[in-house]
Amino acid sequence: MSADSLSVAGRGRSWGRGRGRWRWMVYLLLLLATVFYLLPVYLVLVTALKEPAAITLADSWRLPQTWNWGSFAIAWEAFSPKLRNSLVLTISATVLSALMGSMNGYILSKWRFPGANVVFPLMLFGMFIPYQAILIPLFQFLRDIGLYGDLSGLILAHVVYGLPITTLIFRNFYAEIPDEMLDAAKIDGAGFFGIYVRILFPLSISGFVVVIIWQFTQVWNEFLFAVTLTRQSTQPITVALANLAGGEAVNWNLPMAGSILAAIPTLLIYIVLGRYFIRGLLAGSVKG
Amino acid sequence: MLLPSIVLLAVFVYGFIGRTAWVSLSNWGADPAQALALNPKLEFIGFENYRKLFTGIIDVRFRQDLVNTFFFTIFFLVGCLGLGLGLAILLDQKVRFEGLFRTIFLFPFALAFIVTGTVWRWMLQPRGGVNVLPELIGLPKLDLPWLSTRQQIWQFDWNHIPAFLAAAAALTLLILAIRGWREARKGRAAAQAVVGIGLGAWALVGGRDVALLPYQEMHGFNIAFIGIIIAAVWQMSGYTMALYLAGLRGVPEELHEAARVDGASEPQVYRHVILPLLGPITLSAMIILGHISLKIFDLIWAMAGADNATTDVPALLMYLRSFRANRFAEGAAIAMVLLVMVATVIVPYLRSSLKGEVRR
Repeated sequence: MSADSLSVAGRGRSWGRGRGRWRWMVYLLLLLATVFYLLPVYLVLVTALKEPAAITLADSWRLPQTWNWGSFAIAWEAFSPKLRNSLVLTISATVLSALMGSMNGYILSKWRFPGANVVFPLMLFGMFIPYQAILIPLFQFLRDIGLYGDLSGLILAHVVYGLPITTLIFRNFYAEIPDEMLDAAKIDGAGFFGIYVRILFPLSISGFVVVIIWQFTQVWNEFLFAVTLTRQSTQPITVALANLAGGEAVNWNLPMAGSILAAIPTLLIYIVLGRYFIRGLLAGSVKG
Repeated sequence: MLLPSIVLLAVFVYGFIGRTAWVSLSNWGADPAQALALNPKLEFIGFENYRKLFTGIIDVRFRQDLVNTFFFTIFFLVGCLGLGLGLAILLDQKVRFEGLFRTIFLFPFALAFIVTGTVWRWMLQPRGGVNVLPELIGLPKLDLPWLSTRQQIWQFDWNHIPAFLAAAAALTLLILAIRGWREARKGRAAAQAVVGIGLGAWALVGGRDVALLPYQEMHGFNIAFIGIIIAAVWQMSGYTMALYLAGLRGVPEELHEAARVDGASEPQVYRHVILPLLGPITLSAMIILGHISLKIFDLIWAMAGADNATTDVPALLMYLRSFRANRFAEGAAIAMVLLVMVATVIVPYLRSSLKGEVRR
């Protein structure tokens, strides 16, 4: 089951070939589904582009009379420090957990050691736990080492709890690389790191793309750690958006513009690198 | 070089879970003066926090939260699996623009739950959004209260929970027994059947007289969750679609052709040939979505607010108890209940998933 198998052209089936009525049904249903998935997008866009005074519940679906880009400017002003926090957090956590995961995957797939069959599932379990179960000690720990409320504390949390999934994806990825290639390098005198640097790492590009996209999306979108472990000045975008939208008597144009700003990075990745995104998603269900 | 990761995970996952377990058996937070002390004095009080959660008078909110999670999980799973499978089958009909449709159905998966929640809160305003949508095509507008209702349906008494659980366990055991019997593991099947019948009999006879509480306490499905379920399905159904589509593309064309030659109509081919092959995918999708739904937190926060008692779930209550009320021990107990629920779903899955590939 790989992402490429999703896009094999011409392997689909036709429901009763030549029967036009069925084909119309298929397209009609697909169109209905499209409306369901895109309606919120439409509403977000028109709301974000209206003058605040023009936003009324009864007319929420109507196109704006005058296009107002001002909401984005205001949202940007309020959110740009938070977006910067999110960016720093996401990039650092993603790079670190990807590098460590790659090393782990290399060892777990290519260096047999006693107990590996116990260690690996125990590592994997870490990606499924409800983080509430570690939140209180994590909070205490970060407070004790002085990183509570600091962005680096949040980065640490995301690196550690990102390790299981990055390890899993890399392990399955490296398992596909034939051992003979490694044996050849060993005969040439390459050691543990030599093999990694000379053979595996150069072959890992698409593995890294999958892992980085996955982690980027997860960390960018995360909320529980973000809301528990940060202060006002270190808040990522998700927390800032939740606070803005949760406030009373809010003008809906701002939360909508804010939602768009918060969604753009992950959406761009999804649209540009969709294939890799799907691979990460399928890998997330344990069997690669 | 694997060691740093192992040590980190050992401490941050298992060490911290152990610490949470210990906190959950203590009285941390009962005394506000101690709650935020740097080195709070914790006294061991046994399972008192758990007892209060399940049978204490004050913690009725937690019990309703469990019921909320139960109903949310069921509808969320049914919605995602049904819609995902339907879309995958449609996309498997050699349609044009398949890639475009796929992109549209899956894009919500890339969004933050906070974004989805914010957007759908606006969609579900009682006097706007979805409710006035029918007016656009000339129909009367809807009058659904969505998130603002407190109405509850399908009510039952909390005191019947042990009987319900026993009945559910009995049913599961009987199904396992029947399957085991067919696969000729008769000894085990007989044991399962005996225990199952025993539990079932207890549920019918003794289970009804169990009193967890000295009074009746009604719980049910809060229909304010319907909107949250719709938003959650909107976000996650593309994921099941992608899983199913990958599965459908894995079915050999020859198999399909053979069934067709045998005179099966197209719907029959799907029912008898293709859907049974998708069983394992359904199972893993159920488990992945199930554990997401047990942990659902941010979506509800953004849609209904963190303090909304009607739409509360254990994951949210844990946060409020611990980090708003500083009653850390009670929060820890809720977290442990949550962990046990997730582990019951995940551990068997990890075991069966990894069993087949140990030799790699």
